[in-house]
Amino acid sequence: MGAPVQARHRPYKPPVLGAGHTFETVTDKISAVVLTRKAPRGWWVGFLIGFLLLNVLIVSLGNLVIQGTGIWGVNNPVGWGFDIINFVWWIGIGHAGTLISAILLLLRQDWRTSINRFAEAMTLMAVACAGIYPIFHTGRPWLAYWLFPYPNTMAMWPNFRSPLIWDVFAVSTYATVSALFWYVGLIPDLATLRDRSRNIVGQKIYGALAMGWRGSVRHWHRYETAYLLLAALSTPLVISVHSVVSFDFAVGVIPGWHATIFPPYFVAGAIYAGFAMVLTIAIPLRKVYKLEDFITKQHLDYMARVMLATGLFVCYGYLTEAFVGWYSANQYEGYMILNRFVGPYALIYWSLILCNGVVIQALWFERIRASSLWLFVICMFVNVGMWLERFIIIVTSLHRDFMPSAWFMYTPTRWDFGVFIGTIGLFVTLLFLFIRFLPMISIFEMRTLVPEAEIREED
Amino acid sequence: MKIGIDPEAPPFDLAAVRERLSRSTGRTYWRSLEEVAETPEFQAFLNAEFPTSAQSLTSSLDRRQFLKLMGASLALAGVGACTKQPLEKILPYVKQPEELVPGKPLFFATAFPLSGGALPVLAESHMGRPTKIEGNPEHPASLGRTSALMQASVLDLYDPDRSQVLLRAGEIRTWDDLVSEVTAELGKWKGTQGRGVRILTAPTFSPTLAASVQAALTALPQARWHRWEPVGRENTREGARLGFGRVIDARYDFAKADIIVSLESDFLFDGPGQVRYARDFGSRRKVSGKSSRMNRLYVAESVPTVTGGNADHRLPLRSSRIAALARALAIEVGVAVAKPKGLEAHEAWIKAAGQDLIAHRGAGLVLAGPSQPPEVHALCHAINEKLGNAGRTVLYTEPVEDAAPEARDGIAELVADMNAGRVEALFILGGNPVYDAPADLGFVAALGKVPFSLHLSSHQDETSILSLWHVPAAHYLESWGDVRAYDGTVTILQPLIEPLYHGKTALEVVSILSGDTARTDYDRVRDHWKQLTSGDFEAAWRRAVHDGFVSGSQRPALTIAMRGDATTHLASLPGGTQSDDDIEIVFRADASAYDGRFANNAWLQELPKPWTRLTWDNPALISPAMAEKLKIASGDMLEITLGDRAIQIPAWIQPGMAEQTIALHLGYGRERAGQVGNAVGFNAYALRTSKAPWFAGRAGVRKAGSTYPLATTQTHHSLEGRDLFRNASFATYQEHPAFAQHKHHGIDENASFYPDWKYEGNAWGMTIDLAACIGCNACVMACQSENNIPVVGKEQVLNGREMHWIRVDRYFEGDLDNPDLYNQPVPCMHCEKAPCEVVCPVNATVHSSEGLNDMVYNRCVGTRYCANNCPYKVRRFNFHLFQDWVTESTKLQRNPDVSVRSRGVMEKCTYCVQRINQARIQARKEDRPVRDGEVVTACQGACPTDAIVFGNINDPDSAVAKSKLDSRNYALLSELGTKPRTTYLASVNNPHPSLARPDPHAAGHDQYDAPGAHQDTHGGREHGRETDGQGGSHGAGEDEGVKGDPAHSPERGTH
Repeated sequence: MGAPVQARHRPYKPPVLGAGHTFETVTDKISAVVLTRKAPRGWWVGFLIGFLLLNVLIVSLGNLVIQGTGIWGVNNPVGWGFDIINFVWWIGIGHAGTLISAILLLLRQDWRTSINRFAEAMTLMAVACAGIYPIFHTGRPWLAYWLFPYPNTMAMWPNFRSPLIWDVFAVSTYATVSALFWYVGLIPDLATLRDRSRNIVGQKIYGALAMGWRGSVRHWHRYETAYLLLAALSTPLVISVHSVVSFDFAVGVIPGWHATIFPPYFVAGAIYAGFAMVLTIAIPLRKVYKLEDFITKQHLDYMARVMLATGLFVCYGYLTEAFVGWYSANQYEGYMILNRFVGPYALIYWSLILCNGVVIQALWFERIRASSLWLFVICMFVNVGMWLERFIIIVTSLHRDFMPSAWFMYTPTRWDFGVFIGTIGLFVTLLFLFIRFLPMISIFEMRTLVPEAEIREED
Repeated sequence: MKIGIDPEAPPFDLAAVRERLSRSTGRTYWRSLEEVAETPEFQAFLNAEFPTSAQSLTSSLDRRQFLKLMGASLALAGVGACTKQPLEKILPYVKQPEELVPGKPLFFATAFPLSGGALPVLAESHMGRPTKIEGNPEHPASLGRTSALMQASVLDLYDPDRSQVLLRAGEIRTWDDLVSEVTAELGKWKGTQGRGVRILTAPTFSPTLAASVQAALTALPQARWHRWEPVGRENTREGARLGFGRVIDARYDFAKADIIVSLESDFLFDGPGQVRYARDFGSRRKVSGKSSRMNRLYVAESVPTVTGGNADHRLPLRSSRIAALARALAIEVGVAVAKPKGLEAHEAWIKAAGQDLIAHRGAGLVLAGPSQPPEVHALCHAINEKLGNAGRTVLYTEPVEDAAPEARDGIAELVADMNAGRVEALFILGGNPVYDAPADLGFVAALGKVPFSLHLSSHQDETSILSLWHVPAAHYLESWGDVRAYDGTVTILQPLIEPLYHGKTALEVVSILSGDTARTDYDRVRDHWKQLTSGDFEAAWRRAVHDGFVSGSQRPALTIAMRGDATTHLASLPGGTQSDDDIEIVFRADASAYDGRFANNAWLQELPKPWTRLTWDNPALISPAMAEKLKIASGDMLEITLGDRAIQIPAWIQPGMAEQTIALHLGYGRERAGQVGNAVGFNAYALRTSKAPWFAGRAGVRKAGSTYPLATTQTHHSLEGRDLFRNASFATYQEHPAFAQHKHHGIDENASFYPDWKYEGNAWGMTIDLAACIGCNACVMACQSENNIPVVGKEQVLNGREMHWIRVDRYFEGDLDNPDLYNQPVPCMHCEKAPCEVVCPVNATVHSSEGLNDMVYNRCVGTRYCANNCPYKVRRFNFHLFQDWVTESTKLQRNPDVSVRSRGVMEKCTYCVQRINQARIQARKEDRPVRDGEVVTACQGACPTDAIVFGNINDPDSAVAKSKLDSRNYALLSELGTKPRTTYLASVNNPHPSLARPDPHAAGHDQYDAPGAHQDTHGGREHGRETDGQGGSHGAGEDEGVKGDPAHSPERGTH
């Protein structure tokens, strides 16, 4: 355990844990949320809202399967609408979790410790929400499994040239690795819950999930190795998943899609959106569960900085698109960008620029970054802005492409909104279940941050 | 008439039925019931007892009726359940019917009757089911080609709303009941020599029917025969009488005409000659090389038509002013008539047309449409005679119509007699006068005064329910008969199928009157022709039925001079000083519903109309200037008043409309058309009077306050400066034959990640000649009928989900008030480097070894990625279960060679792969390659101008390979590297040098170029303004123009 120790010997390191905490207080405080404290009223309200919206999802998807894709607003030029917008949006949100868990772990950023658990959980939930769309956006969802390469009597492979197939691999790998990473990270804490649980059901369930963790040195040794390996595995995924998602568009011939900037632009956008969502969750969470000691202002500040950096990158993407529209001297590209500026969806485009280009400039100011209220408001803008960005990329590119004769408007229906808020319901429901039944902050990792841990290791 | 079970009706006499059924028991029960049911007595009994409920089945049900019927059905089902299933044996053919090979279609020659004459067809039959209409290649009126209405007519056969029973006062009767009642009455009528008996038909083009009516009239000498056709040609008739002193028909030879001036004649799209005329006209538009002689078309019209869209010079002019224009043109070519006033603005047009006509004496052609008054027709005859066109491009013949006396009774005389109580019996054979009779006559009230009325029609329509008797009419594919084409050539109608619902023909009904009830229609037609034939009748008959026409029956051309006083008469007519300030209403037959007879044809309802691209509606068309003045937007409900009549109808702003004119299209607002056509659109007949059937001035218009959704398939009209549609004047073409070859600098069209495909055998390809395409939609309808393409309904068209595999794109260029119209049919391009193939995740769209872009429906999971990535946007997705899997009768129409697609799969043009496969199989059997011309795609086969050429591009001698070598050949969006197999031959038009429009777009082009489009596409710019000007409008400036463009339907653009 030498390396992390050295990493902590930096010239200046702002505290990422409130003062006065010991091993015991950390463990008590975090495990109490799950084991002893009654769920606060806020939890019940949030959970019920989420559950209600989850039912909207079930009804919307049921109706979709019964009636067909036609209940949505998609049409002949605009073949993708809310379905793929939401897919990309959710996948993007998930990225912060992986980035925090994997890349920040490898970079020894220990401020990640208090947020990585729920950021990872958020990743998984976002991927679950995202995964609904590629399946149910198909005209025949019951055959969506044909996208997987499996031996079959038709002797057919999927089309490996299709970016949608790359998507299948990217997203399923992502979901698998994220789930493993999250679960492996949970094991020591599950053992803690097992040990501290006072009722037999909890002991059995947490015990089973802890897979016999006893905290022996051998366990820790293997655990650390596995965790690092998984982090290394996850790291390329941060880059690759959204790059592949961006290929869905970049490989197409449609002006507004066919752009080489898409992979980095999408990855930056994903991290940007992900951090916004982590903050959106963390800010109320630390308030309700009084976790300001664990998720400190310093955390919020760091995350806001990441958002600012990636947000600027995204803005650079917008500028590049506009520049290429002009500089390419291609009339279709030119029209595409002009159509975004002044076409029928111009309001959405300029709202996007407002959300992602203008509002985030406030993050340059330390006072704003220090205010959780301001941060929360800005994050909401970013959440909306990133959704609008996908709307602009998908809808404005498709609704007026090469043949003016085929141009047509896209108007979402209530079922589009139904599935969208339904997946938000799924996300909220899963999130609240997670908060209630699993330690939302990594207990054992937090314990390494208390002063005792440092002293002992310096012995 | 009451619908629903009448509580007053006598109770069901169960005892009688029991008694009847008790005579048989056990296993033979069902057989016996059938036998019982087959007897006319039993049927009569059954019909008498259950008239209303049986009839309810033919119209859509309300909930109460539905429950009652369901209750009754369940009760009857219970009866059935008590019985053993019948023991029935099915047997294969012991002896195969001659020529019937399962899986191989047979073709039978017959003809599609339309007002003014019939269009000859070959009907395709699959195992006894007519599925598709083709043209009759040997018949001069078709030469193998078709129109959209012809193509759609096969669907009418299977219309589930067709009338299925004879009704007397709403109660079901048998044919024998009718025959006995009429025969009984006949004795009475004969006593008065038939004074109160009237027959109402459309002008008839059937020699046998005409002879039958004449026979009936001989038996009843005082009976009278009235003719009524809402979209008739009375003006043409009267014009001939004005010019020649008697009824004479004119037919035209457009192949010989260098200069054509049409005064509101839509000869390319309307009337029985349309297919031949379009073909002849098209043959003079397809230029190839410098030696080509291209014709020039001038059209003056108030409402944009297909013909107007093809004009080199189109002049939007109020209908009432066209007489003045005709006069001015007559003066220009030297016919002495009074000089009209108020045409100063159009002097250049008149001068150019006049000069052209004079310069092409004997090769010019002036014609007027049926909407123009007789005077205009007479002026056209005078001009044609003066210039020596008569006998060359204009051929005069005896009237094509059979039994066409100089003076005959129309509907006005009939209604007068009905009101006076002079009509005892009225036989309405076809038509729907309650719906379409002139509004001022009061036909409905008059019909109430007729004690005995009979209506023969395919549906229980507005007239049927007000008549005493309703007789279901047989479809032409179910009937024996004969009918004349535009030139008089007779086709023997032969049935391809037994009448599905015991339909009767007009011939059968008329024959009751002449007491000729023993013969069948077959005998009647045969006997009629037997009398007229000398020599070997049997051989001649067989030949005529087989070929689809009676050889030598064409009306011979006459040499006839105008009557001596015609010119003096014309000269004495007043010059016309009509004011242009009032609002004029113009009535037109609809491109789809026609006069209302096709209102229940879903294919036609969903067929985008020329110019407007509208489906499922008939809004009032107004010009942009008028809309601006009255502050009307498309979709605003208007209240239009004419005299003391008023209707509410939505507005549609249509560039190209004449000023101060409102166009109302007939055929909509039906109340009893059927499930498809009921309450679709608005009834314009309510404003149409016998005095002003075509146009009427002093109309009032005001906004009614509400709006109405209108479903169009194309919301954007401008090419946005893109070189998708390439066009040049004939002069430019002669100078720069390769004007369409745009170079895309710096773009390697062959660049690709993937290796080129190798095509060893056939490589299918297509060219579409934009110079020849007239935008008539025949290809769209042929494709729909061949490929089992579903209709989606108005709501889904509003949602942008129409399913047509080939669409005719329409762009406007130039002046908002009088734009040039560009038509561009767009099927799948079958790209060699298809963007759709790469992105399909499940390999559902793949490349065939012959270059087809195949669609594997069963493999498709419906991601729609292929459609998104298609630059031509030709792919169509089944967003819902659009195909009708329920209605039994329409299933019979389906082409058995084409998969019927279900929900959630993508589909698109296949190049009619089923036809390719058929030809390939045949070729393989005969151990030879597929011959050029052996595969004809449905769109190609339908195209009246032969604009579409299809074949093997690997064969350098094939027509398509040669066509692709044409200098006008270009590929759509070739700069994307898609290598489309479908290519276009650039359009060429032929403006008069003095009228060639100064190009308003040269400046616009530079404006667009400013942001940096200079490297792209317009390599042809140096060739002059025609190539340059093809882009309607460009760039940012245009975007505003588009937003303000009133012809954007409001509900489809949310901006």
